[in-house]
Amino acid sequence: MQSETISPPASLGTHENQLTSDPAPLPGWRNPRPAGKYNLVILGGGPAGVLAAQAAAGWGAKVALIERNLLGGTCLNTGCIPSKTIIRTSRLYADMRNAEAFGAHAPETITVDFAAAMARMRHVRERLSRGVSADILSAAGIDVYFGEARFARRNAVLVEGEILRFKKALIATGARPLIPSIPGLVEAGYLTHESVFDLTECPQRLLVVGGGPLGCELAQAFCRFGSQVTIVQKEPMFLRQEERDAAQILSDAFARDGIDVRLNTEALRVRKQGNEKLVDLVSDDYSSTVAVDQILVGIGRSPNVESIGLEIAGVRYDTDAGVRINDFLQTTNSKIYAAGDVCLEHKFMHIEDASARIVVRNALFWGRERVSALTIPWCTYTDPEIAHVGMYVREAIRRGIPVKTFTVPMHDVDRAVADGEEEGFVKIHVKEGTDKIIGATVVARHAGEIINNISLAICSHIGLRRLARVIYPYPTQAAAINMASDSYNMPRLTPARRWLLRRWLAW
Amino acid sequence: MRETNLANGLVADSTRAGAPASIAVVGFALSVYPIAVDRGWMQREQAVERVLLTLRFFWRSSQGDTAGHTGYKGFYYHFLDLQSGQRTWQSELSLIDTSLLLAGALTAAAYFTEPTRSEAEIRELADALYRRVEWTWAQDDQTGLSQGWKPESGFLHYGWEGYNEAILLYVLGLASPTYPLPSTTYDVWTSTYQWENLYGYDFLYAGPLFVHQFSHAWVDLRGLRDRFMREKRSDYFENSRRATYVQREYSLRNPHGFRGYGQDCWGLTASDGPGIAAPTADRPNHRRMGYAARGVPYGPDDGTIAPWAALASLPFAPEIALSSLRHYCEQYPEMLEDHMLPSAFNPTLPGAGPQGWVSEGHFGLDQGIIVLMIENYRTQLVWKLMRDCPYIRRGLRCAGFRGGWL
Repeated sequence: MQSETISPPASLGTHENQLTSDPAPLPGWRNPRPAGKYNLVILGGGPAGVLAAQAAAGWGAKVALIERNLLGGTCLNTGCIPSKTIIRTSRLYADMRNAEAFGAHAPETITVDFAAAMARMRHVRERLSRGVSADILSAAGIDVYFGEARFARRNAVLVEGEILRFKKALIATGARPLIPSIPGLVEAGYLTHESVFDLTECPQRLLVVGGGPLGCELAQAFCRFGSQVTIVQKEPMFLRQEERDAAQILSDAFARDGIDVRLNTEALRVRKQGNEKLVDLVSDDYSSTVAVDQILVGIGRSPNVESIGLEIAGVRYDTDAGVRINDFLQTTNSKIYAAGDVCLEHKFMHIEDASARIVVRNALFWGRERVSALTIPWCTYTDPEIAHVGMYVREAIRRGIPVKTFTVPMHDVDRAVADGEEEGFVKIHVKEGTDKIIGATVVARHAGEIINNISLAICSHIGLRRLARVIYPYPTQAAAINMASDSYNMPRLTPARRWLLRRWLAW
Repeated sequence: MRETNLANGLVADSTRAGAPASIAVVGFALSVYPIAVDRGWMQREQAVERVLLTLRFFWRSSQGDTAGHTGYKGFYYHFLDLQSGQRTWQSELSLIDTSLLLAGALTAAAYFTEPTRSEAEIRELADALYRRVEWTWAQDDQTGLSQGWKPESGFLHYGWEGYNEAILLYVLGLASPTYPLPSTTYDVWTSTYQWENLYGYDFLYAGPLFVHQFSHAWVDLRGLRDRFMREKRSDYFENSRRATYVQREYSLRNPHGFRGYGQDCWGLTASDGPGIAAPTADRPNHRRMGYAARGVPYGPDDGTIAPWAALASLPFAPEIALSSLRHYCEQYPEMLEDHMLPSAFNPTLPGAGPQGWVSEGHFGLDQGIIVLMIENYRTQLVWKLMRDCPYIRRGLRCAGFRGGWL
C-alpha cells in the first residue's frame, strides 16, 4: 500500500465535478498532431509550465505543453490553495473559541463541520482552476498534450507515441512528497499533501511527521478542527531555516492551541493495531508511543526527475537536488531549461512563476537573466504567519556582511494591539553602517501581506532611511515597517552633536 | 551553605525536600566561600575544609561512559545524587554546568593562595580538574560545541546558537592546556549572534536575562572587546546593561497585561514557575510553565517575575536594580524569607497576598549569583581573582578579546 486509501465522498457535488472536468482532459480529449518544430516544448503543466506556455504563446511562439495528470500542478490541486482555504476556516474556529478576548461572547457550543470546510475548499479550488483548463490553454494557441512524456533525443520529446521536436524545452515536472523510511509506515498507511485534502472526516487523532511549512500549517489547521494533533520534528525547532525567535513563537502558539509538540524527536516505527496506528517515538533517551488514527507526512518534497529520459537528453540531475541548472536556468543541455520545484531549492509557487518568466526570456529572446538576482519572499501560513525575504543574518555573516537588525515587536504597533494580534515582530536587517536592506523576517497574523512592502523596497533599492518617507494610513499593522525606519533615523546624539544642536536651538 | 552535604561538599539544587545536587550550584558555592571568608561569615580554615572536601570528591568520583558515574571525559552530569554523588534525574553530561563548576574551582584556587598544604592542595586539585576536561570531544562541525551528552543517546541534538551564557564555557575550553578548543569554535558561535535595535537600544540580543549575567559573575568583561564587539563599538558589560534596560522597557509595556509588571518589577529569565495548573477564569488562554527560561520580548511570558534577576544585574545597572529591590521589599515583603528572594513570583495568580503565587523554597543558582554580583558590585572580588587566573586570560585572548584590563 503506497498511501492511505481514501473513500471518495458520497457526493462530490457540482464543484468537484467541475473541478475534474477542468484541469484534467475532458472525456474524449485527443492530443493535437505535432505541427513541425516547436519553439518551446514544456514538460509539466504545473504553475511554471502553464505560465511559461502562456507567456511564450502570448509572444507568438509555437508551444507544446505536456501534462501527465492535472493541469495546475501541486499548488492549485494539492498544495497552497487547498491548504490556505482550510486554514481560513480553521482560523475562524479559533477566533470563535477566543471570542471573549475580543469582548464578544463565544458560542455556547462550537461544532466543527469538517465536511463543509472541505466542500468550501473544493469550491475555491474549482473556481481558481478555471483559468488553467485545457480548453482555455488550447484557445490561447498552446498545443496541450496529456500523457507521459520523455526525451527521445537531445532535441525531441516522445508523448503518447508522438515525437515533438523542439528548438528549446523546459523541464517543469515539479516535485512529489518525500516519504521518510520509517519501518511499518507504508504498511500502516499515511497521508501526504496529495491525499490529505481528500479526507471526508477529520481524524480524531493525527500525527504529523515533519516540522516544515506544510507540516506546521496542517498540524495547526487540523488541531483547530478538533483533531488531537501530535507533531514530531527531528530538529530542535520548527521551520529549520527560519529565525530562532520565529520558530520559538510558533512553538508557543502550537502549545497554546493544544498541539502536542515533540521537538528533537524521531518516529522510529509504525504498527497497526485494529483501526489505530501506534507510532514509536524517541527523543534522546526518552521513548514513547502515540496512538493515532492518521499519519500525515510532511518532511519535504522530492524532484520529479525519473523516467523522463534526462540521460538521453544530456541533462544532468540529482535525485535529491533535482535537475542541475546554471544561474540562467539552463541545464547541462543548453537547449533545455528547467524551472520550479524540479530544480530549485525553495519550492514555492511564486518562485515557480518567477523562474518560468526567466526561462521564457532567456530561452526565446536571448535574455541573460539570473535566478540569483531574484528577491524571493516566502511565507508559512500558520497563525501567526512567518514571512521572510532576502538574507538571513547567519547567511550575511557567512558572506562577511556586518548586520544590524531593527526590531519592532507587534505589541508596539497600535493596529496590532487594536486587532488583538500582538504576537510577533518585524525584523529588518540592514548592512551595518548603511541603510541597505538585505533581508527581513515578519511574524504576524498577516505577515504574508506585510512582507510585500519590504520586498518592494529591496527590489527597488530603497533603503531603510528613505522608507521613513512612506506614509502609511493610520492605523495599519504594516506601519511596523515605518517604525523600524524611524528607529533607524533616530538621531544618535554624540556629545559634540548634542552641543551643536543646543547652540542651534538656542533661539 | 545550609544545603551542603558535609560528607562530599555537594550542594543541593534547591531547598526543597529531596532535591539533588546541581554541579552549577556547587560552582557558585565554591566561589562564595572566598566572599564568606572576606566578609567574616566563615573562618578561613572552615572554608578551606569545605572547598577541599568538594574538590576531592570531584577528583575521586568515578568517570565513565555508562550510567552510574559522576562524570565522563572530565565533564560532569548536571544533577547528582546528593548522597552518592552519582548521576541522577537522567541528566545530561553538561558542558555549561561543568564550566560553572570549574569557574568555582578556579576562583577558590585563586583565593586560597597561602603556602599551606591544604591550600596548595586546593590549587592542585582545581588545576587537575580543569586539565582533565576533554573539551575537543564535544566539538561539532556544524554548531561548534554540543550542549551535552547522555550515555543512552549520545550528544544532544542542539548546539550553542545565538548569544547565550556560554562565553565562560568557550573561554575555559579555548585556554585548556590539555584539550584546547580551536578558536574557530568561538567564531562559529559568534557568527550566530544577532545585533538588534529593540525599544531604542542597540544590543546583542538574547531573551532571558540570565544569559546576560552568568559569565559576568566570574569574568570582568568591562572594556574588553572581541571581534564582534569591536565591530559594534560596544562590550559585553555595556550589552548587559542595555539588556537590563530592555527588560524594564518590556515590563513597562506589559503586552499581556499581567499584574505587578512595571518600572520596578521586571526580570524574565530562567526561573521556577507556577506550572500547568488550570487557567484562571478571566484568562482562559493563560498557559503557565514550571521551571523554564522566560525571556523578552517574545516570551515565553506567563506573568512570572524572577526578583533575583534584578540583583544579578546590579553591576550593570545599579540605579534600576536597587530601585527594583526596594520595590520588592516594600510591595511584597511577605515573599522574602530569611532575607532571601524567591526564585519567582506571579502576582497575576491567586496567593496569600499581593505577591500572588510564590515559588516554594530557594534555588542555589539564584542565591549564588546574587552573592557574586553584589560582591562584584561592591568590591569586585571575584572579578579580581579571575583576572589573575592565567586560564581566563589565555582563553579571552584566544577568543580574540583585547583592551580593558586584559
